[in-house]
Amino acid sequence: MQRSLYIDPQKCTGCLQCEMACSYENEQAFNPSKSRIKVFAFHEEGRFVPYTCTQCAEAWCLHACPVEAITKNPATGAMEVNEKTCVGCKVCTIACPFGTVNYNTATGKVIKCDLCQGDPACAKACPTGAITYVDSSWTGLDKMRAWAAKANTAA
Amino acid sequence: MIHRYVIVGAGPAGVIAAETLRTTDPDADITLIGDEPERPYSRMAIPYLLIEKIGEEGTHLRKGNDHYDSKGIRVLRDRVEKVDAKTKRLTLKSGGAMDYDKLLVCTGSRAVRPPVPGFDLPGVHTCWTLEDARNIARLAEKGAKVVLVGAGFVGCIVLEALALRGVDLTVLEMGDRMVPRMMSPIAGGLIKSWCEKKGVRVITSTRVTGITENGGLMNKLVNTLTGKPTRALKVTLNTGETLDADLVVSAAGVAPNIEFLQGCGLEIERGILIDHYMQTNVPDIYAAGDVAQGRDFSTGGLEVHAIQPTASEHGRTAGLNMAGVPTYYRGSFNMNVLDTLGLISSSFGLWMGVEGGDRVEMCEPDRFRYLQLQFDGDIMVGATSLGLTQHVGVLRGLIQGKVPLGPWKAKLMDDPTRIMEAYLACNFAARVAPKAA
Repeated sequence: MQRSLYIDPQKCTGCLQCEMACSYENEQAFNPSKSRIKVFAFHEEGRFVPYTCTQCAEAWCLHACPVEAITKNPATGAMEVNEKTCVGCKVCTIACPFGTVNYNTATGKVIKCDLCQGDPACAKACPTGAITYVDSSWTGLDKMRAWAAKANTAA
Repeated sequence: MIHRYVIVGAGPAGVIAAETLRTTDPDADITLIGDEPERPYSRMAIPYLLIEKIGEEGTHLRKGNDHYDSKGIRVLRDRVEKVDAKTKRLTLKSGGAMDYDKLLVCTGSRAVRPPVPGFDLPGVHTCWTLEDARNIARLAEKGAKVVLVGAGFVGCIVLEALALRGVDLTVLEMGDRMVPRMMSPIAGGLIKSWCEKKGVRVITSTRVTGITENGGLMNKLVNTLTGKPTRALKVTLNTGETLDADLVVSAAGVAPNIEFLQGCGLEIERGILIDHYMQTNVPDIYAAGDVAQGRDFSTGGLEVHAIQPTASEHGRTAGLNMAGVPTYYRGSFNMNVLDTLGLISSSFGLWMGVEGGDRVEMCEPDRFRYLQLQFDGDIMVGATSLGLTQHVGVLRGLIQGKVPLGPWKAKLMDDPTRIMEAYLACNFAARVAPKAA
């Protein structure tokens, strides 16, 4: 069964524990600026929206990589960056129309959500259930893919 | 019937087309022809080879040793000399001939040297192929004096690699700023001052009038006596100044590899003209990547977009169409990202703006931060950034998704850094909207 991150912004209180958990899990530091999930604040409306890679079917990042450093993990469905192969050219960071692949200046490589190999730290850390890891058919994944398709040049 | 597909050019477009053909037409006979004595590799990776971040195998487009064999893709090291479109036959340099049912031309482009005396001397190298990289690596030793001619996109990528190798570097650019075709005047100027701060001499609005050998015996003798190293080359500029150099790297432009197509009747401007299906005007000949002049998403015109994502998308679309799966391509999106010694810049779409459109520009020169957004009505059409590494791709999403910004246009005009919030608010409106009471 393929699982996906399901994000319900209405439950988000903006506590940023997901960012802390993500950066600690992946970068061994409590450093939200290195987190692969980001919570965006809409202060006028008093709302928060957690946002990360949807592991979209188009896989813009994977197709844009010139050195085959991004591959799909068949078990989790996540597009994963192979740190050893990545040269740090950053083409994936401009190719991803969702803005969810970022360049890490400290390592000279790119980082993106890899679903923590099937056990995402953000979902475990979220105290309000705004981020859950559920069966893909529950997440409206098709709906998210439809958004991806809107920007799809090879539609 | 088994279809014979021949792909000329073993860059990213060719490799992706071959793989797409294999998946779509499992029984097909697929040949991929490349004329360089290497496994298919990525030119984009060359700067990282020059700084020894990767070895040569790290430049290969596909890593598995049996990748092509296992997919039944015949990789041929040869050069196509002639194409006869009537009989559908290729003449190969090795002497043979090859017939095709469908042909894909993705021969890319080659580096051209300026028509200036001395650019053919030993010690003057282009930076385009793996062989070029080996030559440059040999001469660009720590402390060597290097003159880089051209500060366009390719020049700037090479600039970083050369500077990191510890050479004494001077960069010459004919235009009034660095990367003039990708960066606005302010951004191009900031990149120049950043590079100067990092110890690179940058001379803009200047061209080379000649390169000569510094070889005279007398010269060598004087240098030996005074303990000065003899530099192999002397570069003369139109200002009258001369620069000594151990190595001159020419990054002054490229030309499409189309000579072998003479007599085919192909329509060619700056590249081979293709339609939305990667098809040329000649039946059963397709073109993709840097050699192709295809639909531009932003302008609707025909442009050469010599970038990796376009090569990849062209290659995939060509493969599908050649295999009989009609696949419409909306057009390629012009974008680029560049790292000049740690200053990261990017440009998207119509970054120079459109007539009657609005523009917002944010600039913090002391921090080398810059962001410019261009709008047509409430749709973003282009962007330029400096120092932005987080969520930069969303600029593509906003522009290529033609997201109507509504009230968010005014918010972006006020604070252009809120691109991510704008994207979320406009695309996920239902989720961001306040809860119904």
